[in-house]
Amino acid sequence: MSNQSPRRVIPIKVERQSSLTAKEQSAVIEACMRLKGLPGALLPILHAVQEELRFVPKDAVPLIARELNLSVAEVHGVVSFYHYFLQERPGRRVMHLCRAEACQALGSVALEAHVKAKLGVDYHGTTRDGAITLEPVYCLGNCALGPSLMIDQQLHGRVTAERFDALVTQSLEHS
Amino acid sequence: MKIYVPRDAAALGVGADQTAQAIADEAQRRGIAIELIRNGSRGLLWLEPLVEVDVAGTRVAYGPVQAHDVAALFDAGLTAGHPHPLGHGATEQIPYLKRQERLTFARVGLTDPRSLSDYLVHGGYRGLAAALARQPADTVASVTASGLRVRRGAAFPAGIKWRTVLGAQSAQKYVVCNADEGDSGTFSDRMLMEGDPFVLIEGMTIAGLATGATQGYIYLRWEYPQAKLALEAAIAAAHAAHYLGQDIQGSGKAFELEVRMGAGAYICGEETSLLESLEGKRGQVRFKPPLPALQGLWGKPTVINNVITFASVPIILDRGGEFYQHFGMGRSRGTLPMQLAGNIKHGGLVEIAFGMTLREILYDYGGGSFSGRPIRAVQVGGPLGAYHPESQFDTPLDYEAFAAIKGMLGHGGIVAFDDSVDMAAQARYAMEFCAIESCGKCTPCRIGSTRGVEVIDRLIAGENAAKQETILRDLCETLTYGSLCALGGLTPYPVISALNHFPQDFVKPVRQSSASG
Repeated sequence: MSNQSPRRVIPIKVERQSSLTAKEQSAVIEACMRLKGLPGALLPILHAVQEELRFVPKDAVPLIARELNLSVAEVHGVVSFYHYFLQERPGRRVMHLCRAEACQALGSVALEAHVKAKLGVDYHGTTRDGAITLEPVYCLGNCALGPSLMIDQQLHGRVTAERFDALVTQSLEHS
Repeated sequence: MKIYVPRDAAALGVGADQTAQAIADEAQRRGIAIELIRNGSRGLLWLEPLVEVDVAGTRVAYGPVQAHDVAALFDAGLTAGHPHPLGHGATEQIPYLKRQERLTFARVGLTDPRSLSDYLVHGGYRGLAAALARQPADTVASVTASGLRVRRGAAFPAGIKWRTVLGAQSAQKYVVCNADEGDSGTFSDRMLMEGDPFVLIEGMTIAGLATGATQGYIYLRWEYPQAKLALEAAIAAAHAAHYLGQDIQGSGKAFELEVRMGAGAYICGEETSLLESLEGKRGQVRFKPPLPALQGLWGKPTVINNVITFASVPIILDRGGEFYQHFGMGRSRGTLPMQLAGNIKHGGLVEIAFGMTLREILYDYGGGSFSGRPIRAVQVGGPLGAYHPESQFDTPLDYEAFAAIKGMLGHGGIVAFDDSVDMAAQARYAMEFCAIESCGKCTPCRIGSTRGVEVIDRLIAGENAAKQETILRDLCETLTYGSLCALGGLTPYPVISALNHFPQDFVKPVRQSSASG
């Protein structure tokens, strides 16, 4: 490999009509520059982008593809494979409600119905005021103290309908 | 005056941070000097937040302690270990804990997980010292002799994998820890990583030295942010003290370790899919062979084991394979950290030698259901494990015994359901879960799971039920024998066990009456 001349790279032009703001674009580029030296850098970069922008915008995909010398299809394939990466801008809070068996055994199916009615959204939906995005999750590792809910990175156990309502009120106050 | 309040995620989920803050405030208000230690969880999760007070060397337990209980506890003499309705006496004497055989979890809940010196005081890094003093082949031989098995699925002996990697010729080898603990009903990996992260780091370092691998990765699920913080703090501390790095304890041997985050894909708990994900790709399952031990991460020889497997290694090296082998029954040696979950009164971590029955653990430890209603079904081994009816509760917890009743222990998760459970809904969910989490590579899993949901819907709607049942059983056979990995291959376990043991739930009239009653 080392004897060969450097591989010729055909530059990929990023679409002009990118919806990213200058700030978002620089956040994506910064994440790529900081992490692209890692072996298997794509997931760490996507995590960094989501941490910074709270989701992985569609127009970040060609930028990342260019920086990693991957095809847009490859990057899109990875973003869309993993449930954690959000492709749409979420609400100010992201709530992950556990749907797995241990929580079901403690009444999470009824809780799920309450949550959806209270927020007026289904899974992957965002409340009309842009406050809360609801996502399903398949186990939070809190199986002895379910039903479980994660708000951003904060875990809540023994969530009843009343406790959920209180958590929503709290979340709205602090967001 | 030492006071312990866990930083375990389960404890935080029921208010441990608020409790810790209230204790700090109350102590300050009363002018009592305390040292607040944020330990891991003792695993008595129904008592979380479990506050412990060190009274002349004995730890006295109070729980569950909410922030609003704190002032009253101080009034009652918490700092002297005095009785209180929330008091449980000496922690070690609580029967749930006293009757356990804690090997892998010996330090979890006891020590400060961020403190390397605490780890060393409690016997840490003695396994690594033993490994540094001997030849790699001898270390592998000790692991093989211990009978340690990979704690997932087929429960393959760990030593055999290591020997293959040791024997492989390559300039670069890897050690990968599968910390993608996605099975519902399991949390032992999380508790261990949050409560004793150094033992995992030590176990992986020993694996590196034993097989000639110099780079390790911990593939951790995103759902465990507390575990990430604990691991990263421990890795930094181990690095600073030369337990990791280019020259481990002056031996001239190198081992580096990095935490990589998953992104919400159950399939990445399958080892080849995990390797794909680590390489930055979609987590699609690879064909085997080649085995990861020969061509794993980036095509290089790779030791890939579970958290509990790596965490069991230091004690095996320290105390000898025979010591570990002494525990257990039949071909299941050592201990298994079982996790009691779902509708159970006393949920938590129970590390015991193999061989106790399901009934004993459900009732003697678990105390029956949380709701107080009879336990009707128990799912053992995660979402791909079978549902067991009461008639199978006397089965001993052992890999072979569970295989004999068409079940599996898997990662040791036990999820109890009371008599309000609708087993047809559980069977349907198993197929739905497979459809959501399928990587899409093989047809039986990708398409069969969606068809499975539809067939179960028609079956429970009573549309030509006998025919639907035949189709469902046939479909399950296709999934079992035609899928590339355990996701499609084992999804029939919960489906068929529900159908076999609880057929009445799949019959329309009974379902309606039970739903209304």
